[in-house]
Amino acid sequence: MSKQNGSATRNGKKHVSDESREYSVGEDLRQRGVSRRDFLKFCSAVTAALSLPVSFAPKVAEALDEIKRPPLVWLEFQDCAGNTEALLRAANPTAAEIVLDILSVDYHETIMAAAGHQAEAALDKSITDYKGKYICVVEGSIPMKDGGVYGCVGGKSFLDLARKVCGGAAATIAVGTCAAYGGIPAAVPNPTGAVSVKEAVPGATVINLPGCPVNADNLTATIVHYLVFGKIPALDAFGRPLFAYGKRIHDNCERRPHFDAGQYVEQWGDDGHRKGFCLYKMGCKGPLTFHNCPSQRYNEKTGWPVGSGHGCVGCSEPAFWDSMGPMYKRLPEVHGFGIEAMADKIGIGLAVGTAAAFAVHGAIMAINKDREPGDTTREG
Amino acid sequence: MTRTQVHEHCKLKRYIWELPVRWCHWINVFSIVTLTATGAFIAHPFSVAHSASDFAMGWVRFLHFAIGYLFTVSVVSRMIWLLIGNRYAGWREYFPMLTARGRAKLRDMFRYYLFMSHQVPETIGHNPLAATAYFLVFCIYIVMILTGFAMYAQHAPGGLMHRSLGFMYALFNTPTLHLLHHSLPWLLLGFVINHVYSAWLMDIKEHGAEISSIFSGYKFTLKKEDE
Ligand code: HEM
Ligand code: HEM
Ligand code: SF4
Ligand code: SF4
Repeated sequence: MSKQNGSATRNGKKHVSDESREYSVGEDLRQRGVSRRDFLKFCSAVTAALSLPVSFAPKVAEALDEIKRPPLVWLEFQDCAGNTEALLRAANPTAAEIVLDILSVDYHETIMAAAGHQAEAALDKSITDYKGKYICVVEGSIPMKDGGVYGCVGGKSFLDLARKVCGGAAATIAVGTCAAYGGIPAAVPNPTGAVSVKEAVPGATVINLPGCPVNADNLTATIVHYLVFGKIPALDAFGRPLFAYGKRIHDNCERRPHFDAGQYVEQWGDDGHRKGFCLYKMGCKGPLTFHNCPSQRYNEKTGWPVGSGHGCVGCSEPAFWDSMGPMYKRLPEVHGFGIEAMADKIGIGLAVGTAAAFAVHGAIMAINKDREPGDTTREG
Repeated sequence: MTRTQVHEHCKLKRYIWELPVRWCHWINVFSIVTLTATGAFIAHPFSVAHSASDFAMGWVRFLHFAIGYLFTVSVVSRMIWLLIGNRYAGWREYFPMLTARGRAKLRDMFRYYLFMSHQVPETIGHNPLAATAYFLVFCIYIVMILTGFAMYAQHAPGGLMHRSLGFMYALFNTPTLHLLHHSLPWLLLGFVINHVYSAWLMDIKEHGAEISSIFSGYKFTLKKEDE
C-alpha cells in the first residue's frame, strides 16, 4: 500500500480518488480506453515539446507507465479563466484528457462537481494529506493592496490561499501571464496591487508558464517532465522553462525569411500582408519575445498569432501590457514632453536645434574680430 | 634675438595625438556613421526585396553587427589608452572641472564661446569644453555597446554573451533596450554637429592646425609647455 493511501485511510474512510491513485498512469489510461497507440503518440509529442531527443520517448512512456497519479489542485485568482479554457479546449484528446487523466485533479473551481463548503473541504484535505507532494497550478494574479481584500474564495483572501496552498506544494505552476508576472491586473495603475505567485509567496517552488493564455502543450510537458524526472525543468532568469521559452519567436518564425529578405507588410490588408510578409513594421514583438509559439503552436498545432497574420504582442514577457505597447508600434512611446512624441521626433528636434544654434554662433563668430593666441598684430 | 622673442613670433610644432588616439578616433567616426546608417535601416526598413530569397535586411544586420564589433574593439582600446597614453590622452583630461587650472581654462573658453571675450584661448590638448562632452560621449558609446550586445545576445539565450550580460536584462526590459539603443544615436548626432563645428571654428581662430591634428597628431602652439 502506498504511503499516500496510508495517510488517507487514517481517517477511517477510503476515498474513491485515493483508490484510483493505486493504479499507475499507464494502467489508468488503459482502463479509460486510451489506446496504447494514442498513449505512445502522446509520449512522443511531449518528448518533442520538451526538446528532448526522440530516443527519450520510450523512456517517457515507461516512466508514465509506472508513475502513480499525483494529486493536483488548480487555483483561480484574478484571472479570465482563459488558461482553463486553453486546457479544456485542447483539441488533441491526448493532450488535455491525458493530463487530466494522469493527474488526479482534486480541486478546480471551474470544472469540479463539488461546490461550496464541500469543495473547500476537498482542497483542505488534499493539501493536508499530501503536504509537500501535490502539484499546484495557479491561474491569475494575487491582489496585495489593503491586506488582499480584493479577492477571496470561501472567506479566505487569495493571498492567504496562495501562501497556504502554494507554500505546501511540491511545485507550483503559474500558468498564464497573470499568475507568472501579474499580467493585466498588475498593469498600470494596478488598482489592486496585483502581483505574481512568486512575489506573493517567495518561498514557493514556482515554474512560470506565461502566455495569454498558456499553451496547454507546454503545461502538459512541464507536468510530464516533473513526473518523469522527479524535478522541475531548467528555468531561465524569469522562471520560465527553457524548453518552451528558450528561443525568441523571431528566430523560429515562419515569416523570418521575409524579414531577412526585406519584405514587410506596410499596411494591414496590403499585398505583402496577403502574401504573408514579415509583420515587423506593424509592431510585431516577436524580436522581443521568448516563447515556442512558432513551433508548438495552438489548437492542435493548426496556427499561432503571427501565422494568422497578426504581430506578436509579447504576451509571455514580464509586464508586457505596460512595456510592449503600443501594440502596433515597434518601439515604446516617449512620454513627458507635454505631447506624446516618438523618440525620433525628439531626436530630430534636438539635431535641428543644435545645428541652428551653431549656425547662428558661426555667423556671429565670422563677424567677430578675435585675437589669435599671443598674437597682437593680426586679427582674424 | 632672445628666446622669448622666438616664442612670441614662432609657433612650436608639438606632438599631441598619438597614433592610437588618431586611429581610434577615425575608426569610431567610420563605425558611428555606418552603424547609424545601418541602424536607421533596421529601425525603419522599407520593402526592398523582390523575392524571399533576397537578403537585404540580413546583410544590413550583418554589417551592423560586424562593425559593432569593430567599434567595440576601438572604444575598448581607447579606454586602455586613457590609462597608458600621453598626458593629452589621459582620462584626467576629460574632467577639467576638477582642477583649479582646468576650471580657469574652462572659464576662458566659455567666455570666448559666449562672445564675452575676443581673446582666443590657446589649447594644447583637448578643448576643455569639448573634453567635458567627450566624457558623456564615452558614456553613450558604452551604453550603445552594452544595449547593442544585450539585444544581439538574445539570439542565443543561455550562451556566454547572454549570461555575461545578465545584469543588463535585470536593469532593462527588452523594449527599453531597443528604445535606448534607438534614441541615443540622436544625442551622438547632436554632439557631432557641435563637435565638427567647434573643430572648424577653432581651426580658423586658433591657427594651430586643429583639424589636421587629428590626422597628423601635431598641433602648433605658442606656449612651449602646458604652462
Ligand atoms: C554608436 C553605435 C551604434 C549606433 C548608432 C547604432 C544604431 C542602431 C539603431 C538605430 C538600431 C535600431 C534600433 C531599433 O529601432 O530597434 C540598432 C539596432 C541594433 N544594434 Fe546598433 N548601433 C550602434 C552600435 C551597436 C553595437 C556596438 C552593437 C553590438 C553588436 C549593436 C547591435 C544592434 C542590435 C543587435 C540591434 C537590433 C537589431 C534587430 O533588432 O534586428 N549596435 N542599432
Ligand atoms: C562621428 C563623428 C565623430 C565623433 C563621434 C567624434 C568624437 C571625438 C572624440 C570622442 C574626440 C576625443 C578624442 C579622444 O580623446 O580620443 C575627438 C577629437 C577630435 N575630433 Fe572628432 N569625432 C567625430 C568626427 C570628427 C570629424 C568629422 C572631425 C574633423 C572635422 C573631427 C575632428 C576632431 C578633432 C580635431 C579632435 C581633437 C580635438 C580635441 O580633442 O579637442 N572629429 N572626436
Ligand atoms: S513576423 Fe514578427 S516574429 Fe516573424 S520575422 Fe517578422 S518580426 Fe520576426
Ligand atoms: S505569438 Fe506572441 S503574443 Fe501571441 S501567444 Fe505567442 S508570445 Fe503571446
